[in-house]
Amino acid sequence: MVERKLFKGNEAVAEAAVRAGCRYFFGYPITPQNEIPEYMARRLPEVGGLFLQAESEVAAINMVYGAAGTGARVMTSSSSPGISLKQEGISYIAGAELPCLIVNMVRGGPGLGGIQPAQSDYFQAVKGGGHGDYYTIVYAPASIQEMVDLTMQAFDVAETYRMPVMILGDGVLGQMMEPVEFRDPVPRELPPKDWATTGAKDGRAPRLINSIYLKPDELFKHNLKIAERFEQAKKNEVMCEKANTDDADIVLVAYGTTARVCRSVMDRARAAGLKVGLIRPITVSPFPYDDIAEVARTAKAFLTVEMSLGQMVEDVKVAVYGAAPVHFYGTTGGVIPTAADIMARVEEIARAEVRK
Amino acid sequence: MKQVYSVPKSLQPRSTHYCPGCTHGIVHKLVAEAIDDLEIRDRAIGVAPVGCAVFAYDYFDCDFQQAAHGRAPAVATGIKRAVPDSVVFTYQGDGDLASIGAAEIVHAAMRGERITVIFVNNAIYGMTGGQMAPTTLVGQKATTAPFGRQKEHCGSPLRISEMLATIPGAAYIARVALSSPGNVAKAKTAIRKAFETQLAGEGFALVECLSTCPTNWGMAPYEAMQWLEENMIPYYPLGEFRTPEGGAE
Repeated sequence: MVERKLFKGNEAVAEAAVRAGCRYFFGYPITPQNEIPEYMARRLPEVGGLFLQAESEVAAINMVYGAAGTGARVMTSSSSPGISLKQEGISYIAGAELPCLIVNMVRGGPGLGGIQPAQSDYFQAVKGGGHGDYYTIVYAPASIQEMVDLTMQAFDVAETYRMPVMILGDGVLGQMMEPVEFRDPVPRELPPKDWATTGAKDGRAPRLINSIYLKPDELFKHNLKIAERFEQAKKNEVMCEKANTDDADIVLVAYGTTARVCRSVMDRARAAGLKVGLIRPITVSPFPYDDIAEVARTAKAFLTVEMSLGQMVEDVKVAVYGAAPVHFYGTTGGVIPTAADIMARVEEIARAEVRK
Repeated sequence: MKQVYSVPKSLQPRSTHYCPGCTHGIVHKLVAEAIDDLEIRDRAIGVAPVGCAVFAYDYFDCDFQQAAHGRAPAVATGIKRAVPDSVVFTYQGDGDLASIGAAEIVHAAMRGERITVIFVNNAIYGMTGGQMAPTTLVGQKATTAPFGRQKEHCGSPLRISEMLATIPGAAYIARVALSSPGNVAKAKTAIRKAFETQLAGEGFALVECLSTCPTNWGMAPYEAMQWLEENMIPYYPLGEFRTPEGGAE
């Protein structure tokens, strides 16, 4: 039996990365994710790896670019304002087709915002984030165990599709403790890193890590190549949990911390005789449009719940495509929605849409 | 017959996109000669900037990464830390290094990052078409300083070499000029030393190369060389500001 240990979310994601072969970490302090760089500063030297505190988030992500360009398994972590600073580098990493892991323990914004949990960086995370035509693969875990499992496979996924992978957590997931076990992911056959710049030894041709293509038709082709890889990810990597959706009249859609609250609401509603289900996207990019569309064939109404003023709800509407009304309930600024408040919305929707 | 000159092996045999009279070609050659002389081509990984030298990778016959504007020292740090046996050099202009990348260069020096920085200072933004740089001289005209740089409005130019020489992690800091055969010979020596500093693991090394931009200065190449000697060298004195023998702290 695999040993289960009590881990804080931030430390669990760091340990999972080390176990997945990550040997380089470049970061900059920001609350509420400081336990990740602190853990890496202690842990990476034990496995012959390297931790370096950069002068800024901008420098940190560019160090990630340099190390990723040598084929190393490398990551960084930050929280919302810091991720904004990293977006320049993330765009370059995407353009240069480099694999890496970025952890974002989201806090309230805009601006300096607050340090309490939020989901208000969904748009930034799933719609590219930086400039240019690209997507990244974004995981939204809802437990520490899931954060570990997703981190363990994130490097393989990044290398398979040659693009940055993001773990989209929040202040709750980073700070809370749960028992976890570290399980190896399903092995994947990874493509050779025949692009890595490590010195042109043994007569091989020089290699170039690059994102500049001045001729429009060349940049067109380059962007299509990156888009094609993301299309493959859409086919192979979408992850989504469905609970009680088969007979559900009202389907809650939520990810991460909010999905945990929604699960309680679902149980409470079922106990009260309301047919409520839950769809929980685990990959928010690529988004589980098809899973939601399928449920939309039978559900009478959807309620998207977020710690934002309405971001993922736009993707839910795209997926539902008019088949049923899509309602929204959100809190912002670091406020976590309560089960009672969500339940009140569920009852309201039940009166209006189900029993009419 | 004794061969006295040949094109460096570490340069690819092609003509460059640089303007007539531009000194980038000279700097490229000197860097390639140092790589040849020290026999490090198969360990060399260059980092190209944003600016006129953005396509430097087209001319060098070694591995390269192209960096975001100003971020070359951070990218070089990532490379060097992941592959410590590599010989990493950045090639940066004055807009890239002294303006948008000021934080990255200072902190790479602070860490004593074992990289070699080739800093081309031509006192203007070249690729974007002649805008004012942090190194533009007081009174010098630029498209964004049409009346000449005014000290009261935007300060006096940064002396990068003197500034970095105050940082303990900097092991070798030198300023050279490419304005005459004698100065080019001195530049060659300095660039070689900057690579040797890295090979010896002594710390951060930077060579500032005073260069011309005839196109954006609006001068003929020879006239530009004279302008460099008469105007830039008095403000940017040549010499070694820090050497490993002097001791990195």
